[in-house]
This record gives sequence, structure tokens and C-alpha cells, in this order.
Amino acid sequence: MAGSSIMENLFQRTLEDLIKGLRLQLIGESTFISNATEEIRREVKSTDQHTKSIALQKLSYLSAVHAVDMSWACFHVVEVMSSSKFAHKRIGYHAASQSFNDNTPVLLLITNQLRKDLSSTNHFEVSLALDLLSRIATLDLARDLTPEVFKLLSTARVFIRKKAIAVVLRVFDKYPDAVRVCFKRLVENLESSDPQVVTAVIGVFCELAAKDPGSYLPLAPEFYRILVDSKNNWVLIKVLKVFAKLAPLEPRLGKRIVEPVCDHMGRSGAKSLVFECVRTVLTSLSDYESAVKLAVEKVRELLVDQDPNLRYLGLQALSVATPEHLWAVIENKEAVVKSLSDDDSNIKIESLRLLMAMVSESHVADISRVLLNYALKSDPEFSNQILGSILTTCCRNVYEIVVDFDWYVSLLGEMAMIPNCQKGEEIETQLVDIGMRVKDARMQLVRVGRDLLIDPALLGNVHLHRILCAAAWIAGEYVEVAANPFELMDALLQPRTSLLPPSIRAVYINSAFKILIFCLDCYILQNEGSASWYSDNLAGGQSDLLSVKNDTEAAELATCEGSNDEQHEDFNPRNATESSEDLSVKNDIDRVATHGQASTPPTVLGKKNSMHESIVSLLNRIELIFGPLIANQDVEVLERAQNLLSLVQLIKEEIIDNLVQSVVDIANKKVTRVTAIINLLRDAFTTELGPVSTSAQGRIVVPDGLVLKENLDDLQAMCGDIELPSSSSFGTGVPHLTTTSDTSSSNLLKNEESGPLKESTSLIEHRKRHELYYLPSEKSEIVSDEYPPAKKDKKRANQTKPRLALVRLDDGDVAPISVKRPEPRDDSLSGAIKDVLLRSETGPCMSGSSRSKNHGHSHTKERRHRGKEKIVEGEEHDQREKKKSGHCRGRRKTHQRAKSPVNVVSHTPVIPDFLL
Amino acid sequence: MIKAVLVLNTEGKPRLAKFYQFQSVEKQHEAIRNVFSVLCCRPEHVSNFVDAESFFGPDSRLVYKHFATLYFMFIFDSSENELAMLDLIQVFVETLDKCFRNVCELDIVFNYSKMHTILDEIILGGQVLETSSNEVMKAIEEISRLESASNAINLVPKSVSGWRSR
Repeated sequence: MAGSSIMENLFQRTLEDLIKGLRLQLIGESTFISNATEEIRREVKSTDQHTKSIALQKLSYLSAVHAVDMSWACFHVVEVMSSSKFAHKRIGYHAASQSFNDNTPVLLLITNQLRKDLSSTNHFEVSLALDLLSRIATLDLARDLTPEVFKLLSTARVFIRKKAIAVVLRVFDKYPDAVRVCFKRLVENLESSDPQVVTAVIGVFCELAAKDPGSYLPLAPEFYRILVDSKNNWVLIKVLKVFAKLAPLEPRLGKRIVEPVCDHMGRSGAKSLVFECVRTVLTSLSDYESAVKLAVEKVRELLVDQDPNLRYLGLQALSVATPEHLWAVIENKEAVVKSLSDDDSNIKIESLRLLMAMVSESHVADISRVLLNYALKSDPEFSNQILGSILTTCCRNVYEIVVDFDWYVSLLGEMAMIPNCQKGEEIETQLVDIGMRVKDARMQLVRVGRDLLIDPALLGNVHLHRILCAAAWIAGEYVEVAANPFELMDALLQPRTSLLPPSIRAVYINSAFKILIFCLDCYILQNEGSASWYSDNLAGGQSDLLSVKNDTEAAELATCEGSNDEQHEDFNPRNATESSEDLSVKNDIDRVATHGQASTPPTVLGKKNSMHESIVSLLNRIELIFGPLIANQDVEVLERAQNLLSLVQLIKEEIIDNLVQSVVDIANKKVTRVTAIINLLRDAFTTELGPVSTSAQGRIVVPDGLVLKENLDDLQAMCGDIELPSSSSFGTGVPHLTTTSDTSSSNLLKNEESGPLKESTSLIEHRKRHELYYLPSEKSEIVSDEYPPAKKDKKRANQTKPRLALVRLDDGDVAPISVKRPEPRDDSLSGAIKDVLLRSETGPCMSGSSRSKNHGHSHTKERRHRGKEKIVEGEEHDQREKKKSGHCRGRRKTHQRAKSPVNVVSHTPVIPDFLL
Repeated sequence: MIKAVLVLNTEGKPRLAKFYQFQSVEKQHEAIRNVFSVLCCRPEHVSNFVDAESFFGPDSRLVYKHFATLYFMFIFDSSENELAMLDLIQVFVETLDKCFRNVCELDIVFNYSKMHTILDEIILGGQVLETSSNEVMKAIEEISRLESASNAINLVPKSVSGWRSR
């Protein structure tokens, strides 16, 4: 056995051998690692402690550096941890700290080992145990080892005490009841004269205060003393962080600390401390003007420093100041703008955020100009960040800061032309959105859209396709404000539009359709005007007034015929007809204007011919460009192209026929079918589109008596059933109705009677089927009553429209953000700390012995108040006290007895005012 | 609180990786790869800060220093001061320099255990414990002596012990 052990020891590869071997591998590293892992699996099972330890060390290395799994070795880790040799023990502890976690199955096995090592006389062994505990402590470990940690919190060995203090954070987190044992001693360490101890304990309080600052407010005097007296920058930084959390909770506290904070900010040569003071002032002492001004001065120094770290932190500090002290950002505007040119992307992004924070309606144009110039010369990534920031800021709260929409629309157009621009979707959305909301901006929108559409080079840029889509939509939708519709049509019919994806091509076709209808409508109006003129001429010198009258009569005739057609075809309900009449009245006004323009006698014929040629040319061009698309694979493109081409064919036939007719015949010719179709389409396109609220669907009221089922299985049954079962189903629903049974029976009978009469029509049958299922016939009457209110709403909207430059929906455009309530915090730690603090403040103690007694005494009293179950525990404490007092002298006994009334009085849970 | 300490070389190979909040080995190395892909693109003479939220979760920041062929980096939350963390990296590097005399990457490669021991004297459980490189050196030297003594005992063969008693 001894020989075998020596053999393993002498020939085992060490960690250094492993590392050397790895470094020699050029392409076989993974194989080498696999082989090494297998070797380790064998070695780690050795009964020789040294062999096992070295194997474990190698495994730890491979796990940390080469992602090798080592969870399978947890039992061997426990064995090595228990070695009596420090070198081996250290290897075991390191492996445990690296691989153990809450789910490690052998954690229970190490409790006693940790307890033993925590009590070791070798303080490096204690150190190993504390380090491991700080990394892997579970509830069980924390509970079982709290007594050991408690002892170490007051050990004379500073090397150990500072580590025990740091471990407390993890212990409190896992086992909040440990507060009752250790918190008081933790607080005592705040008064230590050793800087290492104070560094550790203030670090713990910084972490604790970050989670639950209110609990540590009673300790403010201790923190204040450290703030004033300490010379250690690390300690001061931590205590400043603590106060940054406490000050907002207690106004008087801020008042007390503002002076020492300003002292440190003004005098300290350490940049880290100065920056922490600045941050504390700007976050938690922002009400103190002089402190803020000093902080802003320090920020300015940071902004111009050569060190990019300091410049970046200076910008960060301004970001913190922005909500309450925007003036500080504006005051440093030059430095912020200059930072846009920095080499450091961190600095550029931060300065961009600050600039957007400065934006207001008075200088959004100036800042956007500056930013656009930077976007032109920046790298693609930052350029797009600039554009994104401008877009986000300007459209915030429905374009709140935009006053001049013509300017903003032009800006969007310029953004689109910036090289590397990848914000096409957002620009598209905003262009369309503004068109729907801001009527006065439509002319500028069409201009910008035109400039984008007519440039054939843009069609090859995929990043611009979405913007071109918006431009096309705008050109079609608002063609009536366009200077030259034919130019727009030429743009939409460019051969290079074949480079566009189908979805955008479809929009181009649809817009071409709209513009064509507009052009044809103008053409028809011009013809009618010409006819009127010829009539006047034939009559031998009629006045203009008579011409206007004739035009009006013609309009009325057209309106009557339109109504007749609509009634005949029976497509539209009465409301639609009324709406159409309103629109016709508006169009009459347009026609009069058109007539005025075309009334010059000498040029009428020439202009007519020119218009005619333009229309014919346009129709031919449409056929040329869109003809091939009727074979397109995309159904959207195919169908729109087919629709448009069919209309073009109809119109061409009509127009060609007109060429062979005499002027007189035209004057007497009745309105043709094609003209009627064009009028219909024009009316359809004239309906104005507005923004849709995100909650619009929710505003539709569910009809009375309609029960919306979550489970739609009935639909399947209904679809499969014949008519009679549906009727039965309806009959079953009768008892649920709130109306009288007599009325219900009557309706049911009525439906049954009407059934046979309408059975022949599938459409009628479909309606009946759905009515039977969704709505009783009596309910449809109620539904019809709701039409007038909708109509009134529409009229009201129309009336108010001219007064508003921007359309905003009453209930807001943005979907309401559901505010999530913060999850209830685990209050066990907070409660424990408050409990301990209240008791610890029950009065100063004259001696250690007295303190101990008082502690027990108040403890006992409080437990009695908590309830019957605590009596047993209270009695235990009484016995313990009795035993202790047996050792005291007579005089001390008297003294303690005299103290009792004070304890009773101070038991009242009043938080003393430490700051006054 | 410090969440992790990483030392990578300029090829992205980890030389030291210590995570103070447990993560699986796979996640650790994924984080290391992500961090390196950001660092290797950053030029010299820019700030030493990186937003680490996408790698280490919310409230995470990273500061780094680039020495020769190595990146030293600390990942921490808002309870730490950025400039203080940069100073702490300096303390760490100074300590390494004292231990190995003009430290280079090779020293770090072949002294894996010592690296961890040094770091454990500076940071415990994610909290800063010691900011003086001299104090750290004292502890390291004592630990080294203790280990040497421990190993020396182990090297005495049992047969020799038997002979001496006889």
C-alpha cells in the first residue's frame, strides 16, 4: 500500500503539467481535455489525499477555463475539504466555492466541517470557511452556523473579523432571523478604529440599505459620524451611497448632511469621491440649490477632462440631473454637442440622450438641424441612433413639441435621404400618421412624397422601400392638393418600380388607381364645362350667371341619377345615401371653381384636346406598365392590377367613341355608365381616413341580451346542423330573455312563418341562420336605434375638424400602459431589523453586565406581549437572568432593580428623533 | 456588489473567471464570449465602461483595463462606484506585479491557484475587503509559507520515519 501510494504520487501529472500540455495543443485541444478529464476521474478516486487533491485542482482549472462540468465530483470535494493539510484543504474549498450551489446534494455534509474550520486556530482556515460561506450559504447552513459567525464578529483578529462582517450579508439574506443574533454586533463594528473593519461593515450596510433603506434610518447618526470623520475614500463612497438612499426618506437628514457632502466635493482630490458626491447631490439632495450648483461646477470640470472615463461620467451625471435641473444640461449645451464628435461610442450615445432631453418646441428645429448634420458624417450605427432619437422625441405624446408640421414633414424627407438610413418603417409610420392627423400638412406631405417618388435611384435602396410606400400612399390619398397629378402618375409608373417588393408594389398600384380616378374626374368636369360654354354660344350670348345656373342644373341631374342608381342597385343603406348627398354638395362647389378656370373662350377647344391627349396617353402608359402584372405571382399585385386595367379598358372605349362624335352631340349626350362609375369611385375615395384609437374596438357596446361565450364549440354544432335544430337551439334560448314570454313567443312564431318564404335564397338563409343564433329579431330593432347617435357623432366631428390643426382622439392614441404593482417584498429581514433596532434603542447601558441584563429583560417582556405560546421561552430567559444575577455583587443588584421602571417606560415603540 | 471578475487575453481565452453569483458553467462561458465580442471591438483611448445588462442581467455594469495582452474586468451593480472599481483593478494588477515581478500573461497562466488566492484577499462574497496591495501581499506570503510547510511534511516518506524511530 505504501509503495503504491508513493508510485501514484511520483508519477501523477500536476496542474502545471496539464497547462503545459494544453498549450502544446494546436488542433487537438478538445481531445486532450477529454483524455485529461478521464484521467482525473480515475485519480480523484484515489485514497491518497495528495493524489486526490491534485486531481481536484486540475478539474477546477478545466471547469473554470474550459467549461468542463465538475458537478459530478461534489463528494470528492467534501473529502478534500476535510483534509488536515492546509494545501489540500484550500484546493477543496476552492472547488466547492466554484461548483457548489443551492442544488448541490452534499451540502448537508459540510456543515460540521465548516463549523470546525470556523473555530480553527489557524486563521487562514477560518478565512477559507468564511469565503465559502459567503458564496454558497443556504438557509440551513446560515441557520446552523450563525453562532460561529456571531463569535467571529468580535474576534480580536482583524483579518478574520472583516471577513466575518462581509459574510453577514449572505447570512442575513438566507436566514433573516440571524439579525436578532448578529445585528447589534454588526452595528458595534461601525465604531471600530480599524479602517479595514469599517470598510467591510459600511460595505455591508450599503448593500442592505440599497434593498430596504427605511430600516436603517435610526443608524443615521453613526453614518453621519463616519461621513464627517473618515479619511478613507472607499469608506466615504460607501457611506455616501447609504445616504443617497436614506436622505429621500427624511428631509431633516438631507439638511444635516448637505454641508459635509459639499466639503468633500470641494476639497477632495480623489475623482471617484467627487463623482460620488455629485451623484448623491443630484439624486438625493436636489432641493439644496448651493449644493446643486457646486455639483454642476464639478460636472463641468469632468466634461472637459482629457480622460474619457471622466467625460463619460460627467455626461452620466447630467443625465441624472435632467429631470429636476434641466438648466444644468442647457448650461453645458456646448460641451454636450461637442461630445457628439467623440471617438467613444459611450460618450456619443450619452450626449445624444442629453440633447434629446433638452428639446422643446422652441428649439426642436435647431437641435434637429445640428443632429442631422452629425448623422450625415457619423458611422452608420450612430447615425441611425441619431435618427431614431429624433423620431422618438418628436412623435412623443402625439407630436407635442412639433409646432410647424411643414418643417417636420420636410425633416422626415431629409432623413430618408441620409445615407445608411435604416429607419424606413418609423418614417413611413409617421408620414402616414401626420397625413391623417394634420390636414394643413398634406400639401407639404405630397411635395415631399413627390420628391421621393420621382427619383428612380431610390427604388434600388431596400432601406427606403417603406418610405416610398408611404410616399405612394400619400400621393394617392391626397392627390387633390397635388400641383401636378400627371407627374405623380409618371413617378408611380416608372419601370424601375419592378424592384419593389410585392406588398409595396400593391400600394403603388392602388395609389395609381386613386390618381387616375382623380384625373378622370377632372376630365369629365372639364368636358361638362365645355358643353356649357357651347350651349351658351349657340344661344347667342348668354351671361355667365346663366352658365352657372346650367351647371347647377346639370349637377342636380347627376345627383338625382346617382341616387336612382344607388336605390336601384340596393347596395347602400339610407345613411350612406345621405352622406353621398353631402359630398355631392361639396363637389358642386369644386365644379363651379373648375368651370371658372375653364371659362376662357379662345382656349377651350385647345385645352380640351390637350387634356384628352393626356388622358389617352396616361391610359396607354398604365396598360404598358401594369399589363404584365396580371400574371404576377402575388395575389395582391395581381388583383389590383387586374382591377385597374379593367377600368382602363372601359374608359378607353368610351373616350375613343367620343372622338367621332360632334360637339353638338356631346352637348346633348346623357351621362354614360362609365361616368357614373367614375363618380362612384371618386365618392368612395373622397371619404377621409382618420386615425384609429387603439381602444376603438372596446368601445362597441355589446347588444343587450347577447351572451358572449368563451367556448365556441356551439359554432361547430351549428354549422353541421340543419335549419330545424338551429331553430330548436333558438327556442331553448327563449327562457333567458328578459322580455315577456308573450313577446318572445310571438317573435318565435313570426320567424317560423317567414322561414318557408325565404328558403329559396341562400343569402337570406345565411342571414336568417346568423340572426337566429346571434340576435333575436326584436333585438335588431334596438340595434337600428343606435344608428342616429353614430351619425350625430360623425357630424359633430366634421364640425370641429376645421378648428383643430391636429386630430387627437379623446381616449388617447397610445394603448394604456398597465401599471404593474411592485410585488410584495419579503419583509422578514426588514421586520427583524426594525425589531432589533427598537430594542437596542431602549436606553444607554452603564456596564456590559447591565446591558446584557437589560437586553434579556426587555426581550422577556416583549415576548410576553406576543402571546401565550411565548411564555415557555420567556420563562427560560427568566431562569437565565436569575443564574447570571447570582454572580453579581449586592450593590449591582440594587442598581439593576432601580433600572426596571426605566425599561418599562422606554418599551413604548417610539422612534426617537436622532437628528434634532 | 461585485458580480464577477474576469481576466481574458486578447484572443478571448479566459485566464481567470470568478462569479460571485452562481451561474452554470455554460452560462458563465456564454457571458465570457459575449463580453469579449464587445471588448475586442473597442478602440484604445476610449472610456473603460460597458453596459453589461445584456450579459449579467439588470443593474449590471462592467469596467475594464487593458494591459499588454490581457483584459481585466469587474462586473458590478449600482452599489459600487465606477472609478473606484477601476482603482481596484489597479490594486489587483499591482499585487500581481509584486507577486510575480513584472507580471505577464504566462505568469497568470501557470499560477491559477495563486491568482484566486490573491483575488480572495481583495474581494469576499462580492464585497470589497481590502484596497491596499501591501496588506494583500502580507496575507499571500503567509499563506504561501503555510502551504510550503504543509507540503514539506507530506514529502517525508513513511519508511524514513520508521527508520528514524528504530
